[in-house]
Amino acid sequence: MRYGSVTAVEQVSFNAHAGRVTVILGPNGAGKTSTIEACEGFRSVTAGSVRVLGLDPQRDRKQLNKRIGVMLQDGGIYPTARVGEVVAHYCSLYGKGVVATEVIKTVGLDHRTKSTWKKLSGGEQQRLSLALALTARPEVAFLDEPTSGVDVNGRDMIRAVIKDLASTGCAVVLATHELDEAERCADDVVIFHQAKIVANGSLESIRSQSYEIRFRSGIAFDVAALAKYLDFPIQNLGEEYVIMGTADAAVIGKFSEWMSFHGADIRDLRAGAQRLEDIFRRLTTGGVQ
Amino acid sequence: MRVLFAQLRSEIRVIARNAEQLLVIIGIPAALLIFFSQVDVLPTNGQTPVDFLLPGIFALAIMSTAMVSLGIATGFERSYSVLKRLGATPLGTGRLVLAKSLAVVLIEILQLVVLYSIAVMLGKEANIANVLVLIAAIFAGTLAFAGIGLLMAGTLRAEINLAAQNGLYLLLLLLGGVIFPLDELPEPLQNVGKMLPSGALADVLRGAITDTAAYGQNSWIVLACWALLAPLTATKFFRWN
Repeated sequence: MRYGSVTAVEQVSFNAHAGRVTVILGPNGAGKTSTIEACEGFRSVTAGSVRVLGLDPQRDRKQLNKRIGVMLQDGGIYPTARVGEVVAHYCSLYGKGVVATEVIKTVGLDHRTKSTWKKLSGGEQQRLSLALALTARPEVAFLDEPTSGVDVNGRDMIRAVIKDLASTGCAVVLATHELDEAERCADDVVIFHQAKIVANGSLESIRSQSYEIRFRSGIAFDVAALAKYLDFPIQNLGEEYVIMGTADAAVIGKFSEWMSFHGADIRDLRAGAQRLEDIFRRLTTGGVQ
Repeated sequence: MRVLFAQLRSEIRVIARNAEQLLVIIGIPAALLIFFSQVDVLPTNGQTPVDFLLPGIFALAIMSTAMVSLGIATGFERSYSVLKRLGATPLGTGRLVLAKSLAVVLIEILQLVVLYSIAVMLGKEANIANVLVLIAAIFAGTLAFAGIGLLMAGTLRAEINLAAQNGLYLLLLLLGGVIFPLDELPEPLQNVGKMLPSGALADVLRGAITDTAAYGQNSWIVLACWALLAPLTATKFFRWN
């Protein structure tokens, strides 16, 4: 996908599955919104193809619009529109028998039905925008930055609504630049960097490729010798060391023996999968040694 | 039909809730009609002031609704991504345009009834020379002004569009023979005025309401050109977001 001479998205390929939350993760300008908008039919691709529910988002837009729910990054609601009215309006447009008052209650705005969009807080605006996506009773929902500018309680509510939506069999595709949000919501993750996908798979599988043992030590030791002994690379972060690619108990045992034999102590030992934030940093900054 | 009426309700709600738009739609035409009917400062080509003013005020009302009100609202809808969001629903472009058109027509009917009632109260005899020509003129005028309004709304930034719509409204009001006869203007401006949609519509409406059109067929030709070209140009250049 290109804007003039700028390539917005290149060689992107991923699938989103029914009943799962697929998070498109990447820094601002990485191509997340362009990709979502191509799926929604707002943008055309210069090469390749996009299929949503087996349909071409541009050619079959009329059919597709009846089956997808959309939450735009900037809302798309008139400032003087009232919560109750705008949800009822969208319920009528989709005609799926969704009851406006129930959707409003689901997103926790039942005390704000008479309020206009411009009077809502940032978090409430996001929840109203999410409510409009729900009025479609969607088979696929595209949510662009749904928790952006939302407070902690509001985030909990939005996450719960998203999980509920996926549990009905809806394929939820969510774009965010917030790593913590992605880690809390995602079943599957697609990581974008500089207009390309750098990782794609279930959150579990992506994290399982990044097991590590972290520790500190008050006594200097030969890092290269330890790495050779364990047969795993070790990263020296100054304050902290990371044995990369394993969290295996047997390796931890060997490591403890080696450190003890060489008179080095072990402090703050932690073993497990890397946090998504660390994986993301590694993938988008050229990797670590 | 359910979808169309849902959108129509929404369109009317947006206009009804916008005080500035109500002022332009009803307030200004009614105020001009009442003021210049009572204060005898304008040349009226030998007619009573209210008889002379009513066709021009009708033209002004159509311009207010079809161009300024529709254009400003649509411009802001673009800037707030309302149109984009609606584009992801089953509404479709056809029903969106139809709903907007019906909202304009309903408001025009309301305007014309209110303005005609005021005119009758001010001494206008309650008859219209040619109802069919009146309806055709309103239809053509609505097409022309909606085309101009949507062309600006679909190409300019919302704030610039707001200023441009109001500026053009004033220009068309002053140069269009709406509240005084075109032959009161200097000759070069007269020729410009005859080519403007406001001037052509006001003249055609004078023919329909009081049978006093100054330029006859020429005004119909000018109005028809605007009614055809403005919507076509708007369709070609309109950007939804």
